[in-house]
Amino acid sequence: MKTKSNNKIIANVLLVCFCLLYLFPIYLIITNSFKSRSEMYENMVALPNKISAKYYISALGKMNFSISVTNSVIITIVSIAILVVLCSMCAWMFVRCNNVVSKLLFSLLVATMLIPFQTIMMPLMQEMNWIGNNVGIKMVDTVPGLIFMYTGFGAGMGVFLYHGFISSVPRSLEEAAIIDGCNTWQCFWKIVFPILKPTTMTVIILDVIWIWNDYLLPSLTLKSKANRTIPISTAKFFGQYTISWNEAMAALVVTIIPVAIFYLACQKYIIKGVAAGAVKG
Amino acid sequence: MKINKAWYTLFTFPLMFAFALVVIVPFVIGIGLSFVEWDGLSKHAMTFVGLQNYAEVFKDARFLASAGRTTIYTLLSVACVNVVGLIFALVVTTKLKCANLARTMLFVPYLIGGLILGYIWKSVFSEFFISIEWGNWLTDSKKAMAAMVIVTTWQMAGYVMIVYITGIMAIPDDVIEAAQVDGATYMQTLFRVKFPLLMPSFTICLFLTLSNCFKVYDVNIALTGAGPNYQSEMFSLNIYNEIFDLSNFGYGQAKAIIFFLIIAAVTLVQVSITKKREVAM
Repeated sequence: MKTKSNNKIIANVLLVCFCLLYLFPIYLIITNSFKSRSEMYENMVALPNKISAKYYISALGKMNFSISVTNSVIITIVSIAILVVLCSMCAWMFVRCNNVVSKLLFSLLVATMLIPFQTIMMPLMQEMNWIGNNVGIKMVDTVPGLIFMYTGFGAGMGVFLYHGFISSVPRSLEEAAIIDGCNTWQCFWKIVFPILKPTTMTVIILDVIWIWNDYLLPSLTLKSKANRTIPISTAKFFGQYTISWNEAMAALVVTIIPVAIFYLACQKYIIKGVAAGAVKG
Repeated sequence: MKINKAWYTLFTFPLMFAFALVVIVPFVIGIGLSFVEWDGLSKHAMTFVGLQNYAEVFKDARFLASAGRTTIYTLLSVACVNVVGLIFALVVTTKLKCANLARTMLFVPYLIGGLILGYIWKSVFSEFFISIEWGNWLTDSKKAMAAMVIVTTWQMAGYVMIVYITGIMAIPDDVIEAAQVDGATYMQTLFRVKFPLLMPSFTICLFLTLSNCFKVYDVNIALTGAGPNYQSEMFSLNIYNEIFDLSNFGYGQAKAIIFFLIIAAVTLVQVSITKKREVAM
């Protein structure tokens, strides 16, 4: 009996050690972000001799971190709010009015999820420039323009996830609400939308991971410095300066902090959401 | 339930409008642009060249090399990600006390976006490896490929682990118990009972990893940026460079359409093959 429990302890210790080793690259950038150049090359694995925020301050300045984090937050939150509202409304209509138009649009949405972004990036930029020049709404290099594009790109997955869930929700509640005098709008927001909460969480989580980390689309549209998101300013940082690694590592640590906060705050939802999204996708 | 046309339009039009402008229109324009020769400047005319762009693709040595490289990278990554992810899933679904902690830690890399992740590993493969005298992996084309596969595995293993965990949890205990009562060893239970029942999870994970790996861009640009001498340039980055660096808009777009056709074909074939092998409970 005793050896059995001993084995269990050993297995647990081994598992935790392995996980710590697995996250070694993150440890490496944290510890070296505090070291001077000579200290870093002496021994990269060792803990720093003293903690100083020196490299953090210069990295934050070079990255314009406060601006890029604000942009990233605004773009992520507004895009997702719009996606949740529009996708749930649209999916509900598709399920409840299952006519030819709905079926056609729904299959189109699902089928186009296969199109990789690289296939449409160039024509998309041409089209958005054209709209800017001929319609007078600036789409390229503006935050609202980018949010509009995220709305279009997120439509397929959002509607698909909501569609699957709504199909399993019985109509009777909605019919009762209509008899009680609700109009369609009230019926959706007061009765249906609250029931959709699990799917809404899934959509939010998947879209946060996607939009927050997205690099290619914003790098094509957001050209001016004031509009940069976190991935873009990180890429600029690594591209522009002859890399001073301690500063670069400080910059990377800073970019991970928002993700870490997000993960610690809603870990349960994230793992559930990712699993649900993958299984349905 | 009666829903009139005005409500239907109100609920579906906004999303469909964004979807059409962002996905459908560029896709159609993109097909058209793949038949022209154009340098991307609006004052320069496009010349219609028919299928010539598509014919040239097959004579383009740099492109063929990058397509072949992407295929090898995809096969290696898909294998590594799924084997590692499945092992993780089997370990963290045991009754070990630290299993939950391990699951939380192993999932961390997936949340950090591909670009930031690429830069983190860049510091490992260049600075850290130099400091321990392994040499810089990113300046050698073969080692750079290995580096790409390692980073991808690190990123995606935690993700597919979540999907496999969902699959493993769904296997009823009595099936496993029945196998054990019949005298099956751990390995027999694993290969003869668990794996066949996990087929739906395999379908999902292979689909997700295949298309994600084939489309790799962020990790590529952050880790090696196509270097040394374009010897680590993947398919996506080749399209990007052809269009936005070399200004061959029509030719680059033809590659982008081929890219889409390959992804669509491979994923559809893969899903239909694995679906056939799924067993019903």
